[in-house]
Amino acid sequence: MPKVIYVSHNGQSREVEVPVGMTVMNAALKNGIDGIIAECGGVCMCSTCHVYVDEKFFSKLPPAQDTEEAVLEIAAEERKPTSRLSCQIKVTEDLDGLTVRLPEKQR
Amino acid sequence: MKRAGTIIVGTGQAGFQTAASLRAEGYLEPITLIGEEPHIPYQRPPLSKGFLLGNQDADSIELRPAAFYSDHQIMLLAGERVRSIARGRRLVEIESGGQLSYESLVLATGASNRALPVGGAELEGVLYLRSFAEAILIKEHLESAQSVVVIGGGFIGLELAAVASQLGKNVTVVEALPRLMSRVVAPIISEFFREYHTSKGVRILCGKTVTQILNQAGKVRGVHLADGEEIPADLVLIGIGIIPNTELAAAAGLPVANGICVNEFLLTPDLGIFAIGDCAEYPNTFAGCRVRLESVQNAADQAQCVATAIAGRPAPYKALPWFWTDQFDIKLQMAGISAGHDRVVMRGRADARKFSVFYFRGEKLIAIDSINRPVDHMMGRKLIAAGAHVTPELAADENSDLKKLALGSELAPQTNPAS
Repeated sequence: MPKVIYVSHNGQSREVEVPVGMTVMNAALKNGIDGIIAECGGVCMCSTCHVYVDEKFFSKLPPAQDTEEAVLEIAAEERKPTSRLSCQIKVTEDLDGLTVRLPEKQR
Repeated sequence: MKRAGTIIVGTGQAGFQTAASLRAEGYLEPITLIGEEPHIPYQRPPLSKGFLLGNQDADSIELRPAAFYSDHQIMLLAGERVRSIARGRRLVEIESGGQLSYESLVLATGASNRALPVGGAELEGVLYLRSFAEAILIKEHLESAQSVVVIGGGFIGLELAAVASQLGKNVTVVEALPRLMSRVVAPIISEFFREYHTSKGVRILCGKTVTQILNQAGKVRGVHLADGEEIPADLVLIGIGIIPNTELAAAAGLPVANGICVNEFLLTPDLGIFAIGDCAEYPNTFAGCRVRLESVQNAADQAQCVATAIAGRPAPYKALPWFWTDQFDIKLQMAGISAGHDRVVMRGRADARKFSVFYFRGEKLIAIDSINRPVDHMMGRKLIAAGAHVTPELAADENSDLKKLALGSELAPQTNPAS
């Protein structure tokens, strides 16, 4: 199973195995990663699953759709070039080792 | 002596989020989360969408896995009911026996389905949707049903109609008012959805009332309308609104109107008791009046507000309301509260299925409904929240840059949204 590494805002890192097809958001909830709220449940209506994707992996992701682009504009923590919504990132074999950093706040 | 901590009544989105936010805010006292449903807290929005379509299973709609509650020292009492509140002694009495004491009590008791007051509503094959248990029943019935009548052309009714249609059923929607979702959206949006459902084969009847649900050996066989028409159905789904669960509060002597009455801090007159989510009526600065809202946003943001207050940093609740509904492949995004508007302008084109409706009260932009225009919606949230000055002409002009306007409004001094 591919691994995803979540790095909290204060630098603590946790590696979890994620079934292919599951989103980075759902995997965080299932594995008790605090720092992802997922208020809307993954339908691109809130920005509370915002993550900063490691640059190595950012270019491997399918580009953000218009809806995600718009939501990133309202993120509680500053949007950066590698900002994504974790509800929109589906894990694939190719993303094994994907590292995402969590913002300090999501609301 | 053990500290009493916080008791939260209700395990929906508001109750769950209160508990989660309390821990996130560093609250260290005991937290007890009590709900009548036997399940751990779950999301309701997918029940009328992905869950019935089979895209989401029970596991994927849990708000958090079971371990979350023990990991965060949240005592979850599922399948438990609070019978009464003894305010003087700061105790709740629970159904299974015993009393629990609290320092802060959060009522997030939610709401119940409004029952359709016609004969036959008790027949086999007549169902409502609010809970996970009800969603499972509907899912089972949809497996064999051929013809579905949906009573109620609001969000729930139309989402159910879209799902049933996508599952290949013959679907008729019966709405008593002259147009769909009329309580919340402008006629342009109602008409768009009427046309869209019709194009997918759903029969939409507005301005029609059901007078009887027809019986065949204890099972539903159709509905009878006031105009005499009979529509055959082997499944009738009713979505005609909800009634807030206020009995517990009322029995404890707390004021109740269209919900449990709270102030801008979401506090009842008893300063140890908050009420939030679907069950609470509060003064909303954007609406300029007291409202009771039924949405995930309202539940989650009010939970956060109350958790912050209990953790020692009280602040008035002033989050901007937003909503969404998914019907077929169309997502309607709503920002603000449109009630009380006196003018609407449109941005984009309905025939392109890409447009927003901007609602004004006087000079003031109060709400935006968007279809396939996510930037309008998200920037609209910023503009309305900031009380930004946007003219109807600017709103209607597709060349005007809402993002720039929204950024400008954030830099400008805040105006009072109620002004």
